[in-house]
Amino acid sequence: MSKSNFTRRGLLKTSAVTGAGLALPTIFTAQSAHAFTNEPTGGTVTLGFNVPQTGPYADEGADELRAYQLAVEHLNGGGDGGMMNTFSSKALQGNGILGKKVEFVTGDTQTKSDAARASAKSMIEKDGAIMITGGSSSGVAVAVQALCQEAGVIFMAGLTHSNDTTGKDRKANGFRHFFNSYMSGAALAPVLANAYGKDRKAYHLTADYNWGYTTEEAVKASTEAMGWETVATVKTPLTQTDFSSYIAPVLQSGADTLVLNHYGGNMVNSLTNAVQFGLRDKQVNGKDFQIIVPLYSRLMAKGAGANVKGIFGSANWHWSLTDEGSKAFVKSFGTKYGFPPSQAAHTTYVQTLLYADACERAGSFAPCAVAEALEDFEFDGLGNGKTLYRGADHQCFKDVLVVKGKENPTSEFDLLEIVEVTPVEQVTYAPDHPQMGGAEATLGSCNNGA
Amino acid sequence: MLGLEKKDFQLLLVVAGLTLLAPFILNPFPESSGMAQFNAGYPDLMQRFVIFGIFAIGFNILFGLTGYLSFGHAAFLGIGSYGAIWMMKLISLNVIPAIFMAIIVAGIFALAVGFITLRRSGIYFSILTLAFAQMSYALAYSVLTPITGGETGLQIKSSDSPLFSNLEEGEIGRANLFGMDMRASFELNIGDWLFTFNAGYYIAAIAMLASFYLAIRIFRSPFGMMLRAIKSNQTRMSYTGLNPRPHTLAAFVISGMYAGLAGGLMVAMDTQVGPERMFWTASGEVVLMTILGGVGTLIGPVLGAGAIKYMENILSKINKDVLHEWFAFLPDGLEDLLVTIIYPFIGKGWHLTLGILFMLVVIYLPGGLVEGGQRIARALRGKKANDEDGPKASTEPAE
Repeated sequence: MSKSNFTRRGLLKTSAVTGAGLALPTIFTAQSAHAFTNEPTGGTVTLGFNVPQTGPYADEGADELRAYQLAVEHLNGGGDGGMMNTFSSKALQGNGILGKKVEFVTGDTQTKSDAARASAKSMIEKDGAIMITGGSSSGVAVAVQALCQEAGVIFMAGLTHSNDTTGKDRKANGFRHFFNSYMSGAALAPVLANAYGKDRKAYHLTADYNWGYTTEEAVKASTEAMGWETVATVKTPLTQTDFSSYIAPVLQSGADTLVLNHYGGNMVNSLTNAVQFGLRDKQVNGKDFQIIVPLYSRLMAKGAGANVKGIFGSANWHWSLTDEGSKAFVKSFGTKYGFPPSQAAHTTYVQTLLYADACERAGSFAPCAVAEALEDFEFDGLGNGKTLYRGADHQCFKDVLVVKGKENPTSEFDLLEIVEVTPVEQVTYAPDHPQMGGAEATLGSCNNGA
Repeated sequence: MLGLEKKDFQLLLVVAGLTLLAPFILNPFPESSGMAQFNAGYPDLMQRFVIFGIFAIGFNILFGLTGYLSFGHAAFLGIGSYGAIWMMKLISLNVIPAIFMAIIVAGIFALAVGFITLRRSGIYFSILTLAFAQMSYALAYSVLTPITGGETGLQIKSSDSPLFSNLEEGEIGRANLFGMDMRASFELNIGDWLFTFNAGYYIAAIAMLASFYLAIRIFRSPFGMMLRAIKSNQTRMSYTGLNPRPHTLAAFVISGMYAGLAGGLMVAMDTQVGPERMFWTASGEVVLMTILGGVGTLIGPVLGAGAIKYMENILSKINKDVLHEWFAFLPDGLEDLLVTIIYPFIGKGWHLTLGILFMLVVIYLPGGLVEGGQRIARALRGKKANDEDGPKASTEPAE
């Protein structure tokens, strides 16, 4: 043994002191100086914008970030005010939120739940963010929503379309403006019945993950309800890039309609493959073969190019809408960045305004007060017509767009045309709908943290 | 002390000092200063430092000693995490059983994977482990959705009521240690400085110190010597009548259990698991950590883990606006120029910075950051200590 001054007694003493020192902090945590997590004390309030800046959805993330910056500018009284002027609630003054200047921090979710949570945690713990928003995948949204529930801050979901976000994984501190799989299915079914008839045989290709499952379930349920038959549902790996081996069996199955429950790059590849196989020129059961893409986005339409022409899908919002809110938003976004916003940009911009407005109306930043102000809040003028933030599951209920790939696009942004605006009544469901986690799903109680 | 040589014991003490005082060391800048951006002393990141430290220490036992480059180590981290979260969902919200479950599950899985993959060495071994990890990832992502929650992952929900817990109806369970919440923190305000002492961090830090101690013992043991022999010349070892397989398998399992411990701690600190924890990039990350810090050194992997996690969490959060704020005092043209030059390396460009750092380290400091530290120390001590220090370092008889 080496010589040293450490004795058994000395070590015991030191460890006792260290132990006491370690135990000490927990005694104090019970009483805290703040009424809720990250209560803003100075003249500013910090929002956390947590978007994918790298990875497969980086394009969406970049557009979301642009919208957030625009929203902050408008909240602080800069720019032309955008949708603040058309918003039915007039609580926002353009002097920040509750008189405090809005500041923001950004983070990279990498479209991974772990990274997204790490980034959100650092915003909450280090930067003192009072609200977290963003994300462009449902896995991330669910993970970050749960984190915000635990930490006691509000989560305003960005681009997340899976039923689970406000279904079985709903949380009292989390809110979603974007529509979901159920709504897509419910909105699409009648349009499809009109266009393609009521006796079709559908074949589903579904991305093998959570969002794919809920979308397949929703589309299947609503098309079967109007008389379609589902021939087969086939799961495809998320990392698949060549779908030809999945397309070939479609024709042999006797199906006359192909539903692609794919998003992003998956959809671009599968649709391209299907078109290359000549599926759309085929005749099955005496009908023209058709392809359907339940969730559309402009970036996907861009990726698939000419292949999207005439293909039906659904969307949350599109910049070609002509209501006052949409026009104001497209104008101020276009002035600042030089091109029209995507639906991801729209939903995140709206979420930021809704949060700020709820704070103003509640007169407080306390998450429970804000949540109360948002629950069952009815508003208009934010681009989707009359909208309800339902209190039972924190999901927005509004009209859903059924869109179609444009036959003659005039620019790289003008790829989709609106076929029909499905009224909100048609896409509304009960909070305990089986697709939404059934009766078991609860919001829990809201958490103020600290 | 503690069965360690003096030098190793000093190293352990230094590491212990650094980890216990981390809340001070990592928060050197006052809150209101612009440099506060670089403070890393908030609970989540401190926890990540030590947890990934454990992961890298474990990886280094395999890679640093035997030379077997496992490219699928994140699988053990993920499987440990899933074990831990199920333990919390079903049995108890106490972190201790969850962490033990994580270690055991990861250990068993490592035994199975090691038994198969260790039949090959070199690149074939790496590819096999990579294949296993990707298989686990794919299974967790889709096929095993009922058990793993698929893409969404698993969390503790209000509907979970573990066997040993007294949660009220609708209350969401929280990880705790005999009633102490992992997220409980004590904040110390000194002037403009804010230091956060977090319960979860200290528990992870103690686990890290224990792992570090165990790693030193393994490095210095006859078993460790055997592992080094495998690395230097496996054929010769076989010729002398020793069978390397049981030793490599033992090292593989130990290393897998370390990863399981890290996974369990991650769940204990933040009760959520997602499958991308097992993705191959996560396996690659631990290789980077170890090489960046110094392969085969004791402290290296911990340093490497710290460096990478720091960049991921701090550099990635600097955005263009922050840069403009920093250089606001410069004339406009110059400000824009500087921002344009620096911008690709921060924010979403942090991978680029990491890549450059990695290349520099591999090219100029093959021994990793540890070698850098040694060179600096040598340069500082300069000529005066040249003679006393030189030859002694290598050969000291064991006591």
